[in-house]
Amino acid sequence: MAEQTPDAKQFAALSTESAAVVRRQSAWQRVRANWSVRIGGTAMLLLLAIAVLAPVLGTVDPTLFDAASRDLLPGKQGEIVDLDGETLRHTFIMGSDSFGRDIYSRVIYGTRVSLIVGIASALLALSFGICLGLSSGYLRWLDGPLMRVMDGLMSIPGILIAIALLAAWRASLLTVIVAIAIPEIPRVTRLVRSLVLTIREEPYVEAAVSLGTPAWKIMFGHILPNTAAPLVVQATYICAAGILVEAILSFLGVGLPPDIPTWGNIMAEGRVQFNEYPHNVFFPGIFLAVTVLAVNILGDGLRDTLDPKMAKRV
Amino acid sequence: MYAFIARRLLATLPVLLIVAVLVFLMLRLTPGDPAAILAGDAANPEQIAQIRESLGLNESIVAQFGIWAGHLLTGDLGESFYFKMKVVELIGQRLEPTLALATLTILIAVLVAVPLGVIAAWRFGGWFDRCLMGFSVLGFSIPVFVLAYVLIWLVSLKLGWLPVQGYQRLEGGFWPFLRHLILPAITLSVIYIALIARVTRASVLEALGEDYIRTARAKGLPEWKVLVKHALANAAVPVATVIGIGIALLIGGVVVTESVYAIPGLGRLTVDAVLARDFPTIQGVILLFSFVYVFVNLLVDLSYVFFDPRIRY
Repeated sequence: MAEQTPDAKQFAALSTESAAVVRRQSAWQRVRANWSVRIGGTAMLLLLAIAVLAPVLGTVDPTLFDAASRDLLPGKQGEIVDLDGETLRHTFIMGSDSFGRDIYSRVIYGTRVSLIVGIASALLALSFGICLGLSSGYLRWLDGPLMRVMDGLMSIPGILIAIALLAAWRASLLTVIVAIAIPEIPRVTRLVRSLVLTIREEPYVEAAVSLGTPAWKIMFGHILPNTAAPLVVQATYICAAGILVEAILSFLGVGLPPDIPTWGNIMAEGRVQFNEYPHNVFFPGIFLAVTVLAVNILGDGLRDTLDPKMAKRV
Repeated sequence: MYAFIARRLLATLPVLLIVAVLVFLMLRLTPGDPAAILAGDAANPEQIAQIRESLGLNESIVAQFGIWAGHLLTGDLGESFYFKMKVVELIGQRLEPTLALATLTILIAVLVAVPLGVIAAWRFGGWFDRCLMGFSVLGFSIPVFVLAYVLIWLVSLKLGWLPVQGYQRLEGGFWPFLRHLILPAITLSVIYIALIARVTRASVLEALGEDYIRTARAKGLPEWKVLVKHALANAAVPVATVIGIGIALLIGGVVVTESVYAIPGLGRLTVDAVLARDFPTIQGVILLFSFVYVFVNLLVDLSYVFFDPRIRY
């Protein structure tokens, strides 16, 4: 957001000496000093830790079920049979679902799926977008046709593309990631293209051209590094959108198969008896909302520090 | 002006064509026999052979697209074997709830978001502004179905003010119709409000820095007149643009909201069609939604003339 004025005020309040210090900060220092980045980044690290440490956080196997422990309220004690057939005492911190599965374990393991899908779809959309955007911005004959296709792709609401592709492909982790990434590609392509069109006029690119540097070397060696900051910001937003869309797809029943614990799947199973046991929907819902919020806050912070031009635009 | 409209309409044709090609290819790139996929699981071999014949599946892919696009131009979206009727009729039946939901949502969103954005820009940096910006980040992040369940739980189950789910057709009376629609529309409008309020705030903020605002204040206009007649009027174009762009968000939200609230509209139809792998219906709905999106944004483009008389085409 356009927070320039308060920043400027603070800036003016500083003595000239310390203002010079502020100006000498590297991009990394500016990023670290930003509160949005700190909050969002800490939350993301926490979620990553949860995803990695899922087996040791007091969880049981998320697919385990026990008919004797069906529909328990949060905090209730119950029993659950593990894979070796042994019956364990287990506290269902978030209750259990109608199969007698532990919601807490499923939500914690669901973090893994959400983060993998979010990060992988962002990386995928980014790599395709970079290649297409660089080609479109640098190879002028390709620009017209390619951008018309991107216009067409952008005219179809993203979630419909993902839904239709999954109807065609049958859902798996890979197809879900690809289906989420495809609608995001045009946005990245446009961004990269517009950056390339600006950067290619810079003197250092002209210098490289006049030295006879091959086109691919100019694209990846000179232009791409200068597009990094806006792309990092864009990737963060795609990651947030990816996590959200994955949950929506699972919730609608067109995403990952129901036996995989994802937040959307847990909610889809919980909605049937929402009136009696709303916590089956609320616990994964809270995790989902907090995760997306954390990534978005991180993105806003990165945008404000890395890409002030974009901060002004929005 | 008319020449511009004609040119602008012509310019959307390639986009629509590309959308049609993409929707067409979606099915052809699926592994398996398109005829068998189109027919769904319920079809018998004769029906599949009939489909193969009518789509010209033995011809080249370009000829196939020609046949398909020809059907499309005559308003024939094919036949749903799952719902056992023409896709066009099916869409017609499901149009009213979606149209009603979308209209009410846009109405709520604009009426709430624009004043919020103006006030936030007016009191830039103050507590109201900060709250609104916080809400807008939250609004972008909270998934529409999570919000839907929170609202159902609070408003319908705990307070008992509104029905939990379902839809009443308009001919059953306006009040029951509205009562069933209000919660879904509020749910759906939150992300839209976040988006519009943000852009309204930013563009009003920019307008407030202009010289004519100082002039207006200097000549002693009341503050509300300065805000509405000078600042907002000059900030209207970006706001109109974002309302148009937001239609894409709205369509995505409709699919989810209708599922949660059990509203028998186009969004629900999309999900049902996907679960049944009913491709003619999926294609039809996607085409319709995309065409609506393109068309609304065309209207937004044309509305610039109305909002900003300096713009002449």
